Amino acid sequence: MSNPSVSIALTGSGGAGVMTAGQMLLTAAARAGCYGLMSRSLGPQIRGGESAALLRLSTAPVDGPDDIFDLLLAFDWGNIDRFAAELPLNENSVVIYDPGQGPVPEVVREPGPRLVQVPLKEIAKGIPGGRENMVGLGLITTLIGLDAASLRQVIEERLGRKGAEAVDTSWQAVEAGAEAATVDGLPRLDQASPAAPGSRWQISGNDAVGLGALRGGVRFVAAYPITPATEILEWMAVNLPKVGGALVQCEDELASVCMALGGSYAGVPSMTATAGPGLALMTEAIGLGVASETPVVIANVMRGGPSTGIPTKSEQSDLNIACYGLHGDAPHIVTAPTSIADCVFTAQWTVYLAEALQCPAILLSDQAMGQAQAVIEKPAEVAFIGRRKVARPADLENYQRYRITADGISPVALPGMPGGQHTADGLEHAPSGTPSTQAAHHQEQLDKRRRKLDRFDYGDHWAIRAGDPEAELALITFGSLTGAARDAVTRCAEAGLPVRLIAPRLLLPVQVERLEAALAGATKLLIVEQNHEAQLRHLLAGHIRLPAVVDSLNRAGPLTIRPGEIVSALTTLAA
Amino acid sequence: MSAIDADTAAPVLKASDYKSDVKPVWCPGCGDFSVLSAITKALAELGIPPHEAVVASGIGCSSRIPAYTTVYGFHSVHGRALPVASGIKLARPELTVLAAGGDGDGFSIGGNHFIHACRRNVDMTYIVMDNAVYGMTKGQASPTTEPDWTASKLTPDGPGISAFQPLEMALSAGAQFIARGFTANPNTLAHLICQAIRHPGFSLVQVLSPCITYRPEQRAYKNRVHQHFGHPEPATDRREAFARLMDDDGFSLGVLYKGSQPVYQPAPAPSATPEEVAAQFAIC
Ligand SMILES: Cc1ncc(C[n+]2csc(CCOP(=O)(O)OP(=O)(O)O)c2C)c(N)n1
Repeated sequence: MSNPSVSIALTGSGGAGVMTAGQMLLTAAARAGCYGLMSRSLGPQIRGGESAALLRLSTAPVDGPDDIFDLLLAFDWGNIDRFAAELPLNENSVVIYDPGQGPVPEVVREPGPRLVQVPLKEIAKGIPGGRENMVGLGLITTLIGLDAASLRQVIEERLGRKGAEAVDTSWQAVEAGAEAATVDGLPRLDQASPAAPGSRWQISGNDAVGLGALRGGVRFVAAYPITPATEILEWMAVNLPKVGGALVQCEDELASVCMALGGSYAGVPSMTATAGPGLALMTEAIGLGVASETPVVIANVMRGGPSTGIPTKSEQSDLNIACYGLHGDAPHIVTAPTSIADCVFTAQWTVYLAEALQCPAILLSDQAMGQAQAVIEKPAEVAFIGRRKVARPADLENYQRYRITADGISPVALPGMPGGQHTADGLEHAPSGTPSTQAAHHQEQLDKRRRKLDRFDYGDHWAIRAGDPEAELALITFGSLTGAARDAVTRCAEAGLPVRLIAPRLLLPVQVERLEAALAGATKLLIVEQNHEAQLRHLLAGHIRLPAVVDSLNRAGPLTIRPGEIVSALTTLAA
Repeated sequence: MSAIDADTAAPVLKASDYKSDVKPVWCPGCGDFSVLSAITKALAELGIPPHEAVVASGIGCSSRIPAYTTVYGFHSVHGRALPVASGIKLARPELTVLAAGGDGDGFSIGGNHFIHACRRNVDMTYIVMDNAVYGMTKGQASPTTEPDWTASKLTPDGPGISAFQPLEMALSAGAQFIARGFTANPNTLAHLICQAIRHPGFSLVQVLSPCITYRPEQRAYKNRVHQHFGHPEPATDRREAFARLMDDDGFSLGVLYKGSQPVYQPAPAPSATPEEVAAQFAIC
């Protein structure tokens, strides 16, 4: 069944408290037993400026946005032109706005939503210390039928520190908002039963990557801040020391990736996080990681590019640099989580792969996932067997760091191990590690570095599969669009159109055989991705035999690709 | 560690125990041979077992040095010796960590790391083999080259910009041990390196290391060098150290400055499991 959900957008200029209200709404929904997703759209201002909290709440798990917002609550119209395109409305949508904030702009009026005036500011003024965002919260929770007790609980948790008076004031504002909720016809949330305490989490994609990496064993992080990846680093700065790790802020990304390589060479699983401009700076040293066979994880949270691009908004346009950005023949690992919940798993798995394969691994997240919060089922604790293949005493007799082995993986000696001394080198080398310019050495080391990636068993984790595996129509996507793709596949199935969905977690090395097997029998393929140049399509076309008919649904950010668009594209392709 | 232990009777380590049998790429007469010698002597003198020391380097003739030793080494990319070395030391504080390389590597492409490594004050020793030229790429001007040096085809009229002053930069940026050595006498140099390794925090040893291939005139360094920055004892006061540097002709040898700022070393103590940390996300 398709997902019965309510989509709500809260907009307002800085000071309106839009993000706080959105967060509280999400938490209240979670307390009431619902799932939800909240992403944010921010303007370029450092503080204040326009912002929108975009929520989708449901009694079933949500991994992506819906087609249309059921409700837009506008505290004001500040700079609405800049992001109205990210808030699709139609004639069934309801727009609640404050008449004191001027007329409804044409961009909002144009799709024909129902317009409802509520004097949010005036209502708030009627309560000493009352705030409009709390009025808005009361209004929304009542309209969608969310249990008031859950909201009360959230307010007490958030404001309890400030004393009973602060809680009372907010609660009065909420009640005043509830009284103003006289609009009918809005979709309401089904009654959910509260989940067992601790069985669900509220987490952002960026925090989830941090946690996954920590679970995976990362204990050293070298950091340089960049939007929209900084939260990964900030989360780790606080949480890594708790488990005995350390984070260092560096002078730039050239330093951060090299410090991480240093930490890893010393034997401690290490990572850094960045976005496009930082990844570009890191590429030379990632190549060093490939040649010297030093594991390192680089979490890259994609934003609009090229150059500084659109730092605050999502895009999936770093796939090319992640896969092809290294000089020389430099096989490495590129992964992509398929949802916020999956960020935990994929980050942990990525650390495991980097360590097991003694190779740099780039994890591609994106802003839509990284800076969004979701209410999810508590992610399972997974244990991967095996870590970096560390030299045993027998290996240390006449030790050769880059010994040629059947699986391409050579036991590594770590500083402190007597007899394991060697020089890790980005210069091509003989098996001993001694620099070499000989053709045979170059060939055998290139072969080995390729072989270790090709021979490894990635298991079932290489992709998420959904839909009908026998369907003639196939759909491939990656990253944060996987949620919309899942919704689209469900809707198509309900309409009698079977579709098979493949969302690779492992983008590099391209899983040629597995992808071809997953596509076997499919006659038509739609590739969905959030970038201008159809980078995923070109990556796939360069490696695997694709079905006879291939179409792309690709668009640059920041306008996310919504499930309805995917359904249309699939329907057209099927016809 | 070098003392003979009654039970295990560990042999006293000699300089030769730290020299690998890999043949250096260096030209005959290169000053870097003597730096290699001095490093091995210093490690032997300090009795640091080869498996407990790491040398990280960038790219250049001088940066080849790790493979010529028997300690652990990381020959990284051009300019990044210091971040790599910092990562090693921060991840494994018990190791003795050296960074080594050329003046181009350290002051040009790696110049920003140099400044911030001085500031950060991680406990490690940075040995710069300064030949005032890019040796590996066959003789271009480096940051420490004189503005009127016209022997490079890349800057036939001379680089025309004033030379970088490594010691002034290091002092400004916060390095806690600053010294200059020369290759003529490996024993003296070894002594300097010993002091640098012993000093807690970030230590810089600028070694005047002649490149007789592209800067044959540097053979005359031996006539220009002299002891002390005007005083036999190192300054412990930055103002005093700056004053001594203002009178330096670039050929004063010895320890300029010893500071006592605290070493940067995050020292986390595990108190939680990852699952305890994860509990923060649970909805109760
Ligand atoms: C990113 C990058 N740019 C340029 C080079 C070419 N390169 C190699 S060594 C070097 C300069 C070496 O000079 P220095 O660090 O002074 O060391 P020396 O060879 O004199 O010991 C250059 C420019 C490189 N390897 N990498």
